[in-house]
Amino acid sequence: MVRPSGQLSPQATPGRMASRRRQAGCKLKPPWFDYHAPESLEAALELLDNAGYDGRVLAGGQSLMPMLNMRIVNPSVLVDINRIEGLDTLEAGPDQLRVGALVRHADLLRDPAIREGWPLLAEATTQVAHPTIRNRGTVCGSVSHNDPAAEHPGILVTHGGSVVIASTKGQRKVPAEAFFDGMMSTTLDPGEMVIELRYPRPPRGAGHGFVEFARRLGDFAIAGAAVLLTVENGVCETARLTIIGMGDGPLRARAAEELMAGSALTQQNSGEIFTAAAQDVMAALDPADDVHASASYRRHLAGVMTQRALEAALARVGDQ
Amino acid sequence: MSREKTIQVTVNRVAYEKTVSVRRSLADFIREDLHQTGTHLGCEHGVCGACTVSMNGRSIRSCLTLAVQADGAEITTIEGLREEDGTLHPIQEAFHQNFALQCGYCTPGFLITAIEFLKENPDPTERQVREALSGNLCRCTGYQAIVDAVMSAAGTEMPDRA
Ligand SMILES: Cc1cc2nc3c(=O)[nH]c(=O)nc-3n(C[C@H](O)[C@H](O)[C@H](O)COP(=O)(O)OP(=O)(O)OC[C@H]3O[C@@H](n4cnc5c(N)ncnc54)[C@H](O)[C@@H]3O)c2cc1C
Ligand code: FES
Ligand code: FES
Repeated sequence: MVRPSGQLSPQATPGRMASRRRQAGCKLKPPWFDYHAPESLEAALELLDNAGYDGRVLAGGQSLMPMLNMRIVNPSVLVDINRIEGLDTLEAGPDQLRVGALVRHADLLRDPAIREGWPLLAEATTQVAHPTIRNRGTVCGSVSHNDPAAEHPGILVTHGGSVVIASTKGQRKVPAEAFFDGMMSTTLDPGEMVIELRYPRPPRGAGHGFVEFARRLGDFAIAGAAVLLTVENGVCETARLTIIGMGDGPLRARAAEELMAGSALTQQNSGEIFTAAAQDVMAALDPADDVHASASYRRHLAGVMTQRALEAALARVGDQ
Repeated sequence: MSREKTIQVTVNRVAYEKTVSVRRSLADFIREDLHQTGTHLGCEHGVCGACTVSMNGRSIRSCLTLAVQADGAEITTIEGLREEDGTLHPIQEAFHQNFALQCGYCTPGFLITAIEFLKENPDPTERQVREALSGNLCRCTGYQAIVDAVMSAAGTEMPDRA
């Protein structure tokens, strides 16, 4: 139902909506809401609990504000979390990376520990929007929003990461794959918010690959593939492969993963295996036609992206 | 009420205290309440970059920020770039020298974006400049002159005005 920002139907262009507003003599774009900027997590959770279905978290605003300006969403309570202390944890530990709710895309890119330990995450983040958007937009916001073309949901799935959720009732931790629940939808309940993402450290010597196709630099991807690969003595030990931009959210390509894991994998035979993996991916996909790409073009792109991401990952195996 | 709020905000080195509707965008606040119309609105959903301003030293989209979110912040817009005596900011000078604007609608956003980029990347490649400017649209120039201007300003000292 909700369309990603920057991807609008011809019926709902901002220009037309603005002219309607001008006719109505109204200079405010978003619908009415009560605005709260609590300074503690407890206060925020209390507000979200009271608001129930009518409440929304305002993080970076880089997806929510466009939706409000276009009146695609209509929350009656906005809980701005930007003034809460302690939500900006960005901690690269020996086993896992913790990313708090106020960590911006740009913060990830500035941290050398992430480039080194989670290079797949760092590389994908360079493809998220543009520098100015990355200054404000948060990683947790992107994951909560679950735009099918967004990078972060797929990267979290590829790492086998998890989502830490808080409400007045306490906290729970959900594996990434169980968190995403269809187009722009998650298993977050009313009153809950995401407070942290956890990315396990990829195995030593893992190779990573991330490739996406977008019309212009910084646009949402039409198709993309993320890969983490480990190879020991010419045999593929583990393969994680996620496709983005294709269905209702990040898609883990299990058939292709199973095909690769345990099979001999060298520079010599990789072409054959990667082609087979790409075919598995294409067979598993059921994309729809839309204004950006036809279904068959999308499926074709997914195959090409898969192959390129796998090649990039194999070339980097053992690099660390 | 949580539908209006009094905010204190410094815009181009002048401190203001104003009561605003909580759903007023920072862009509309700057343009309509402060009457500083150099910040332009193209798309109002984050795509064109014309409304880019600097908040606490970081470029942001003023169309995607609420005025109330700027409470306590320091904002610099195009009006704050030149010195009080009228001397242009080096990046303005570079745009002038390189004919990097035609109608000028996109220029304020390009300038703020370019300043932030050059502060962090004093010696960029052309490719990096194009990447950095990818979130700003210009319908007139074809971008080449803008890229030339940013390349030519690279390495000059950036005053701390944005
Ligand atoms: C021009 C443009 C280009 C873009 N290009 C891309 C791109 O290429 N790839 C991409 O991935 N994204 C892109 N984006 C979106 C951007 O990445 C957003 O930053 C991101 O999708 C949302 O993060 P946010 O912090 O801004 O969230 P907000 O806009 O504040 O919120 C988005 C949604 O998530 C909810 N939410 C936010 N934080 C939480 C939380 N902690 N707990 C529970 N719910 C929460 C909000 O209630 C809202 O429903 C683009 C945006 C723009 C304007
Ligand atoms: S008006 Fe803000 S980005 Fe276009
Ligand atoms: S100079 Fe006219 S839009 Fe850029």
